[in-house]
Order: sequence, then structure tokens, then C-alpha cells
Amino acid sequence: MERVVDPLTESESTLRAQSGRIAFAIMVAALIVAPFMTYPLFLMQAMCFALFACAFNLLIGYVGLLSFGHALYFGWASYLSAYSAKAWGLPPALAILTGTATAAVCGLVAGALAIRRQGIYFAMITLALAQMMYFFAVQAQFTGGEDGIQAVPRGKLFGFVNLQNEAAMYIVVLVIFLAGFLLIYRIIHSPFGEVLKAIRENETRAISLGYKTERYKLLAFVLSATLAGLAGATKAIVLQLASLTDVNWPMSGEVVLMTLVGGLGTIFGPVVGAFVILVMQYKLAPLGEWVLVIQGAIFVACVLLFRRGIIGELANRLRIREL
Amino acid sequence: MFEIFGIPSTALFGQLLIGLINGSFYALLSLGLAVIFGMLNIINFAHGALYMLGAFTAFLLLHYAGVDYWWALVIVPIVVGIVGVVIERLLLQWLYKLDHLYGLLLTFGLALIIEGMFRNFFGASGRPYQIPELLRGGQNLGFMFLPNYRAWVVFFSAVVCFSTWFLIERTSLGATLRAATENPTLVRAFGINVPRMIMLTYGFGAALAALAGVMAAPIYNVSPQMGSDIIIVVFAVVVIGGMGSILGAVLTGFGLGIIEGLTKVFFPEASNTVVFVIMAIVLLVKPAGLFGRRG
Amino acid sequence: MKRFFALAALAVALTCGSAQAQNKTIKIGVLSDMSSLYAAIGGPGSVVAAKMAVEDSGVEKKGLKVEILSADHQNKPDIGASIVRHWIDVDHVDAVADTPTSSVALAVNQVVKEKNKVFLISGAGSSDLTGKACSPNSVHWTYDTWALAHGTGKAIVESGKKTWFFLTADYAFGHALERDTAAVVKANGGKVLGTVNVPFPATDFSSFLLQAQASKAQVIGLANAGGDTINAIKQAHEFGIVKGGQSLAGLLVFVTDVHSLGLETSQGLLFTTAYYWDRNDASRNFGKRFAKQHNGAMPTMVQAGVYSSVLAYLKTVAAMGGKADDGKAVMDKMKSKPIDDPLFGKVTIRQDGRAIHDMYLVEVKKPSESKGAWDYLNIRATIPAKEAFRPLNEGGCPLVKG
Repeated sequence: MERVVDPLTESESTLRAQSGRIAFAIMVAALIVAPFMTYPLFLMQAMCFALFACAFNLLIGYVGLLSFGHALYFGWASYLSAYSAKAWGLPPALAILTGTATAAVCGLVAGALAIRRQGIYFAMITLALAQMMYFFAVQAQFTGGEDGIQAVPRGKLFGFVNLQNEAAMYIVVLVIFLAGFLLIYRIIHSPFGEVLKAIRENETRAISLGYKTERYKLLAFVLSATLAGLAGATKAIVLQLASLTDVNWPMSGEVVLMTLVGGLGTIFGPVVGAFVILVMQYKLAPLGEWVLVIQGAIFVACVLLFRRGIIGELANRLRIREL
Repeated sequence: MFEIFGIPSTALFGQLLIGLINGSFYALLSLGLAVIFGMLNIINFAHGALYMLGAFTAFLLLHYAGVDYWWALVIVPIVVGIVGVVIERLLLQWLYKLDHLYGLLLTFGLALIIEGMFRNFFGASGRPYQIPELLRGGQNLGFMFLPNYRAWVVFFSAVVCFSTWFLIERTSLGATLRAATENPTLVRAFGINVPRMIMLTYGFGAALAALAGVMAAPIYNVSPQMGSDIIIVVFAVVVIGGMGSILGAVLTGFGLGIIEGLTKVFFPEASNTVVFVIMAIVLLVKPAGLFGRRG
Repeated sequence: MKRFFALAALAVALTCGSAQAQNKTIKIGVLSDMSSLYAAIGGPGSVVAAKMAVEDSGVEKKGLKVEILSADHQNKPDIGASIVRHWIDVDHVDAVADTPTSSVALAVNQVVKEKNKVFLISGAGSSDLTGKACSPNSVHWTYDTWALAHGTGKAIVESGKKTWFFLTADYAFGHALERDTAAVVKANGGKVLGTVNVPFPATDFSSFLLQAQASKAQVIGLANAGGDTINAIKQAHEFGIVKGGQSLAGLLVFVTDVHSLGLETSQGLLFTTAYYWDRNDASRNFGKRFAKQHNGAMPTMVQAGVYSSVLAYLKTVAAMGGKADDGKAVMDKMKSKPIDDPLFGKVTIRQDGRAIHDMYLVEVKKPSESKGAWDYLNIRATIPAKEAFRPLNEGGCPLVKG
């Protein structure tokens, strides 16, 4: 959130200027090697959450809007993706597209309402809207209520790649994740992204410069919702199920936690945060409800002591401007 | 007997009354949120957890110390109020200079910690708490059977809400408090200890939440998740009312209880969502909320 | 890319190889909700029950080693499914037991079928597990929603209470409970006077209870579960529903719910259960032994079901000479002849995986009748095994031929 290096007094070395690319290369390499070291299904799940956190970060980190209802887009996209694959028999690519489109529409409606207010009001409105849609999900027939949508077929990508094959599925998820990640990177570094950052720093000034900030905010909101939806829709195909967990508000809290731990407004932070939190949940699973307590404690610790998050702190130590 | 939309009017009176009772809880909880927000500029996500803490403290007092409901009504708000003061001193006071969002995130974390602890120690299925002897039974009002305890809830919460409003809007103490939030430096110049005031305000807000918890214990299931079930609805109530005024929080609380009650008769399926729908409509028409002062 | 596939294939081959190489001990994973909503009905108690089953089966004396693992699925189906995948692939678990929460059980059911292991279901209630989603690798041991709804509905109508009003939790599960109960009420000459769909989850039932009261129905059917049922019963007591002459029928109630409500509030409540500790000597004996190891709490029917299903499984595996690799073969063997169970009596497992045994209609005692802690229920009727569960041909299970 804050400038790490003063550009006037210190010139960056080429290595530091290239740090983003280096980090990206490390990430891609790690994701290619990782399935041989650990459980591919876990990695696929983690990548979905990482994309979800990146999408969320687009809003909090670059527009300064805290959405507390991102489970809405993640969860509903996963429902529609699962339902269209199972009930309508859509191939996986179309199912994921259906889910993503659902999230985009939800994002448009919710965003149009929510951007009318700022700060904590914004957070509470997004939360309330998400909760409303959660209740719809509980009641609607097609979601299967508590049972969720189960045994979703993974199907064949473009008609010939059988996704039952874990390796094929892994590559598909990796491609989706990287595409989403790079898209977000492009958005942040486009002129549009610069306007968003200007709004974050000082909305009044942006307005006085002639920007219709409402439109920019709405577009950012819809983009964030859509990408969150892409993550949710993919997850439904990977895990072959969609359930109430993904639309309920603890999920909205979880994505905030992932981003916070990794570093708000950093490019790689959400990815790192998502992996850290998921590994933690996995390792701590035997402790039962202590997971909740530990997550809460991490929240508190991050807010009080490490507001920059893991990547933010790292960048600060290494004096890298952006990571 | 006449009918309104096919529902006998007598049944409707009953439902209105029920709505009012539920509204009392919304009013008490949104009141506490409004007070804390007004003074500290923090959205207290832990409010639901403090409400649950209130109910559980009452349960613990009864079962391990034999302290009955009436004493709990006095002791629990004090105990939880102290917990609130400790929370403010240990954690919240470091956040006042930061973006308000951090307050929300921190209290969210706190809510997780408190709820998780109680789930660990008491399980999730809830504990029994009996209605106090004095308030058992009920009155047959002709159109409905009104349990005495529910009547007490409406009466007592109306008294609490009114006193709080009076304290903050009509007394010199309240005036100082309001001034302290508008301009802390100036108030400090008058020799008033502003941090202490803020600390006590949070304690007071926590005590209000705990009081609602004690009142809820005999009729709702005393369980660790009772707070997270209700907090989001209370948030919506607060958005609808607008955070500007205490009166707004109270009136909206009672009003939404009644609207929710009517929904339960005419379209029960939507009674969980009606509050959110109203919130969306209010935002479209009046973004600052019904009683909000600024946008 | 080619390298990737080659390596992947190698990795798969390695895992499979090691799976065959070491399998001397039988591993059973108790997957349950260890700390949340259903922890009291299954949870750590299910682990205790599974360990008791290992002791009682006597297979360890015959040279078989048995190991019990346990994990918390946190009521999240994706977590449950990944734990089970990990258990089977890495830890070589042979059977998974318990698993409350239908969504998790349905997800696990899928995984266990794919990996050809055994799933001993006790905690989950969805009758889909032996219907649309039935699997040759699963047994649904203890109860299902159909059995509870049907048992309670039929017995109450036969006792002369013919008019019903339903408070239905407005989601798939609640509607299924209501539909099954209403069908049996009507089939036995009863009448449904009305239904109100209560959004789920709900804390305040007073409004709906007033509607139920106004309907003048003799029985108010609670087609909900967990915290919703508890809140509904608590508030029904407050509004004097039972004192006013109406009865409450819980369509999914466990003895722990009665424990958390207290007898004062829940007296007179009717529901169906597969196990109650104070039924006969064997059940009392088991109950008391269990309570000693579980902080004095008596077992629920779910925990009893974990005990019995694990016991039956171990005996079958022992009879097969300790070969537990082929889950379907073990299941087929379990289905092949009736099981004599200390707690559930004579149990037969049908083609669709449904375990068939007697069920009991129980009524919560008045506080004056109770002699102490956990003395909560009177058994009002025994529902014979053949009537207790959904007929084989009505479930829509693809395994059922003809």
C-alpha cells in the first residue's frame, strides 16, 4: 500500500527492476515441479483459491474497496458450472464459461448497488448481498441444499482431452490460473489500472481530474467478480462438486485472510497467502475447531503487526518496489 | 373478525407483536453497533460474538455458580463490558489512525477466536437455559397467547434503548462524548481524558451486546454460532438505518422486526432475505440510509 | 510435456506399487465432524465407538492388526473428499466410517467407489445414499431420513393423532422429510392441515408456531434438524404448545438434542431412533462402557452405528483371511448373509447398501419419570425391520435390477 522505495533518492538495480519477472518464473517453475512432490489435487484446489484471492486483491489492493461478499461470485459460479456440466451435459469449457458469466452478472448487479457507498459501508453491503444470495442457494432446488451438487462429470475438454486424467486436469487448471494471473497483471499496469490507483489514493482528486470514478469502480468490481467466478467455476470441475461452503460468508472471510496474509496490493501476495492458508488448514485439520481460533489469531496479528503481509514485508526488505 | 389478504386480523395482530419482539433484539444489537461506530469509527464485527458471550456467561453463571437470571442481567453486562475494555486497550486502540477497514478485519478475527474457543469448550449443539420462574407462563390476549417472557423482552429493551438514547443525546456526558469524536484535540484541551472515554464507550457497547445475549438465552438456543447467525442481519439493519443516529438504529431495528414478522405470514420463504431486499431498495433510493446524516 | 506425463505415470505406478507392497494392517478412518454442529452425535464419540469395536471383534487375537485413524471434515465436502483421497492413496486406508453431513458423505461415497474401498455410513441421513447415489462399496448402517420420517409419521397416525401441520426447513432436506412424512400420514388415513416453509437457518420460530397453533392440528411435525429443531422445541414449550394439547413430532432428533434441551422443555416429544442405550442388557452394557470412555455421555444411534458397522466389517475381513484390498468383495461378503449384532439385533444388508434392522419410536420422558442423567426416553413402539426402511424398488438405485 505504501511506497517502498523512494524513486528520487535511490535508483533500482536491474535485478530489482526485473524482480517481478523473476518471481513469475519461480512461481511457474514451482507449479510445474510441485505435482511430483505433493498431491496434485491439493495443488489444483490451491491454484483455484489463489486465483480467487488475486481477483479479490484487484479490488482491495488497487481500488481500496474491501468486499466482504466475494463468496457470492466464487460460490455461484461453482454452482452454475457444476449444474451446467451435470444437468445440461455441457462440456467443461462451456460449463466454466457459464459459471464465470453468472459471476459477471451477479458482480454487475451487486457492484452497481455497493459502489454507492464507501469504506465499511461498502463492506457491509457486499456482505449483506452475499448473504442474501446464500439464502437463495440454500432454498433453490437445483443447488441440492445441504447435499450440494455431487458427482459433477469432468468431461472432455474440446471433445478430446479426457479430464479424468489428473495430469490433463492439472495442466488445464495451471493454464487457467496463469491466464487469470497475467490478465490481472495487465489490468493493474494498464492506464485503466493507473486510474484505479488514483481513485484509491484520493477519489475526490480523481473526480476533479474529470474521471467518472463510479464507472471505473464498477468495471473493476465486475472484473474482480468475474475472475473470482472463473476460479469458482474451475474448482467445481476439479473437485467435481459444488456446495454451500463456497457461498457462505466464512468463505468471504477466508479470501480476505489469504490476501491479508500474503500482502494487500501486492501482485504475488494473494497467491502466497492462498497456499499458506490452505496448507495450514490441511495440516491443522486434526485440531478441529482450533483452526478457527488460529485463523482469527492470524487475522489479529496481521492487522496489528504485519499489515504488509508476507510478500509486502519481503519486498520491503529487499527494497523491491513491486512484487 | 375481518380479514386482510386472507389472513384473519387477529392472527395478524399476533404476528405484529411477535415482529416487535424480534425487533427488540435487532434494536439492542444495532444500538450497540451504532454507539461504537459513532465514537470509535470501528465496525464491530465482534458484536455478534459479544452477544454470544453474554448468553454463555449467563449460562455459566447459572450452572456453575447458581446465579439466577435477574442477577445475570446485572453481572453479565459488567463482565462482558470489562472484556470489551480489555479488547479496546489491548487491540483496538492501535488502529484509530489507520483506515477503518483494519478495525473491521481485526474485529472479524476476534469474532473467529471467541466463537472457536466456545466451540472447543462447549461443542456446537447448544446449552439449555430456562426462563426465570417469575416470567414463566403467559397471557391469553384473545388473538394470541403471549408468553410473559416475550412481553418482558419488549418492555425491557425499549427501556434500555430509550435510556441509551437519552444518555447520549440529552445529557452533558453524552455531549462531551459526541464532541470528543468530532474533535478529540479540542476536547482534550478542556482537560478531558479522551482515550479513557473511548475505552469506556467500547465497554458500554459490549455490555449492550451482552445484555441482548442474556435476554436471548431463555428463548434461543445458547450456542457458539448464535452470534454469527444474527450479526449480518444486524449489519443490514444498520445500513438501512444509517449510522448517523442512535434513534435511527433503534427505530429501524424495531421496524424491521415488524416487517420481517409480516413476511413470515404472507411469504414465509422470503423472511430470511427480506431485510436484505429492503436494504438494496433503501440504498437505491437513499444511499445514506433512512436516518443517515451524510453520504 | 511428454516428460511430465511420463513422470506422472511413474508417480502413479510408484504409489500403486507401494499400496500392494504393504498392507498387513487393516486401517479404518473415522471421518466425522469433530468440533462443529454434528460433533456431539458423531465426532470424537465415533472414534471411541470404532476403537471399542476393534476390541470386541477379537480380530487382533487372530493376528490381524487394526489401526483407527480419524479426521475432522469441518462439514465441508471438498475437505472430506480430499482427506479420504489422501487416506486411501497415501495411508492405505481400507474403510471409512461414520461421516455425518449428507454433502460430505455423498462426496466421500463417490471417492470410495472410485478407489474400490469400503464406506461404513452411520452419521449421514440422506436416503439418496442408497437411492440415486447408491454404491456397491457402501453400507448405510444406522438410519436415513426416509426411515425416521416414515417411522414417526406412521406410528403417530396409528396412535390416533390424525391431523398434522408441518414446520418445514426450506431446503432440499426439509422438503424430503416433509414429503416422506406427509405421504405416510395420508396413506394411513391422516390429514395434513397445512405447511409453512421456514427459511433455513432460523432462530425465531414464534411466528411459525403461532400459525401451527392456529391450524388446530393435533401434531406439529418438525421437518428440520440440529439447532433449528432445538430452537423450535424450546419456543414451542414457551408458547405452551404441548400444554395446549398439541404434540410435537421431531423428524430428525438425536438423544443429544434432548440432552441439550433438558427434559422440562422437550417432554412429550416423539421421534424415531435406531438405538437407545436403556433398551436391553446388551445396549445398556455398551452404553455404560462407552460413557466411561466418553466423559459420561451415552452413545447416540450414530455412534452405536459406527460401533456395529466397524464390528461387522472387521469380522467379515477376518473371515476373508484379512484381505481388505478389494472393497467391493468385502461388501459383497457382508451382504451375503444376515449379521447378528449386539446392538441392532438381526441386520441384513440389501443390494442397494441399506442395512435393515428394527427401529424404535420413542417419547421423551417427563422430568418426574427420569431417574437421572441420560434417563430420557420411553420406547413406545418397535418398528419391525421390514417396514422400517424404504422398499428396495422405490429408491431408484441403479444397482437394483428388475
